[in-house]
Amino acid sequence: MTILTGIAHMLQHPFLRYAFLAGTAIAIASGLAGYFVVLRSQVFSGDALSHVAFTGALAGLAAGISLLVGLYTACIVVALALAALGARGRADDTAIGSVFAWILGLGALFLTIYTSSSSGVDATSGVNVLFGSIFGLSGSQAMTDALIALGVAVAVVAIGRPMLFASIDEAVASARRVPVRLLGFVFLGLVGVTAAAATQAVGALLLLGLLATPAGAAQRLTTRPFRAMWLSAGIAVVAMWGGLIIAYAAPQLPPSFGILAVATSCYLLAFAATAGHRRPAQRATAPYRATAQAEVPR
Amino acid sequence: MVSGGLAASAASGTALGWNIGADIRQLLALHFMVNAFRAGTIVAVVAGAIGWFMVLRRQSFAGHTLAVVSFPGASGAILLGISATAGYFAASIAAALVIAGVPRSPGGRSYSSESAVIGTVQAFALACGALFVSLYGGFLNSLTSLLFGTFLGISDGQVTTLLIAAAAALAALAGIARPLFFATVDPDVARARGVPERLVSTVFLLLLGCAAAEVSQITGALLVFALLVMPAAAAQQLTARPALSFVITIALGLAIAWLGLAVAYFSVYPVGFYVTTFGFTAYVASAIIRAAAGRLARSRGLRQAVPA
Repeated sequence: MTILTGIAHMLQHPFLRYAFLAGTAIAIASGLAGYFVVLRSQVFSGDALSHVAFTGALAGLAAGISLLVGLYTACIVVALALAALGARGRADDTAIGSVFAWILGLGALFLTIYTSSSSGVDATSGVNVLFGSIFGLSGSQAMTDALIALGVAVAVVAIGRPMLFASIDEAVASARRVPVRLLGFVFLGLVGVTAAAATQAVGALLLLGLLATPAGAAQRLTTRPFRAMWLSAGIAVVAMWGGLIIAYAAPQLPPSFGILAVATSCYLLAFAATAGHRRPAQRATAPYRATAQAEVPR
Repeated sequence: MVSGGLAASAASGTALGWNIGADIRQLLALHFMVNAFRAGTIVAVVAGAIGWFMVLRRQSFAGHTLAVVSFPGASGAILLGISATAGYFAASIAAALVIAGVPRSPGGRSYSSESAVIGTVQAFALACGALFVSLYGGFLNSLTSLLFGTFLGISDGQVTTLLIAAAAALAALAGIARPLFFATVDPDVARARGVPERLVSTVFLLLLGCAAAEVSQITGALLVFALLVMPAAAAQQLTARPALSFVITIALGLAIAWLGLAVAYFSVYPVGFYVTTFGFTAYVASAIIRAAAGRLARSRGLRQAVPA
């Protein structure tokens, strides 16, 4: 019973309740969206979005508006721009890299402006944006984050079937009248919202871990698409809870580190468990195609 | 000095005048600035040379990850009390080995699992960096300079280390340059001709790690792309001839590094911002030039085609 009392004791702290509430929803959204990010080989776009999140949040702070406005605006606008770039032929990773390196440079500028111009404010905001501050969420913030993240999760599940078809075989999907381009826009927009929400939990620099790591682990464990999608969300939630508990038990560890450490361990376990088998990624292709075509209604 | 301080920066107490010679003399009067320019020159040449191959091989994501990994390397080294330079190199080279060790198969499908691995490595490395920083205790300024770069306080010893590492990396690059170029441009034919593709690409990843570690000491771990990708991306847009674009890459890299350092000296904003801004300007300008040249060539071709 010590574990139960320990958990009950832990949840007496309001900041931990808020962290669990927002964290769980954000983990589900990231796990679901991350599955398609990995499937569509858009991890680099996710990486770019994480850097944009930093600049957007600091631009909001430096302009004196609000961190959240800057964060969400920047993430969604850049996500849609990346989708437009991708629609005009394949998004060139050199172009993405050049653009986001500059955006990050702008972030450094806004950080300097913000910390040097406003002497009264706490200078840790920049660090919080980079590495997350899930224990610093207020009740209303946590509620907003949870609702936004759950909305993203529902939307990803709703477009799941056509998305899967469009991701596996774009040509056949568009021949079957699946709106491939529109789906690409909607999906990257959803990833942008996820990135903005996850930035508050694990920080701009680490959100790639929440997007790519659970999905990568899930894809190693199963070849069946929808099972992999839910497994990815499950692993993300396990990582989030594990990380929060570790950070609670050992206060000198930042929560973001705990979350990423659990997620990476899950990935390593999945890697070890499937190392003996023959390449699941290759075997996956044929059944994916079959299921995708069978499941999408004409 | 011909004129007084036009854009005097209050923080460093320096003044920028109209007399360029005097400005440069003022810039080089301080030993730390001389060291900054020496380090910037070394870094720009190495980053240009290796970045040129990286852009050609489309390994930007791997390059970014190797650069980011140097952040936990440096912060871990500071936490342990050893030199940050050793931490930069150790972490980047270790990460290069991890990425090279990921089994990959020919064909596009495997790329998605490979990029998931790279993303995992990157995020976990950054999380470790956050851990080391918080274990070390509040040193906010040092954190920003690890992430976004600083040109202050580069010692003579560091310049020597950078020079030795750069010479070794460039020598190794020269050794594998021909097979690497062959394997990059036409991997199938290269494999058929017996080029050890696997070995060459592993050596290249190690060199990329080395370059990333060097660059991050100047631009910070997050802004390495400014010197690694942007000059090469700009040059490869301007010309398709390999030798010429290689030379342009190095020249652009040097110009970006020198301008960035000089402007940052006279301003309060971080050097990383200027370096990325100049790099991005070069990239955009070359894209515009390329588009204009393409339109010109097309209209000329049209005019020649009409009378025929």
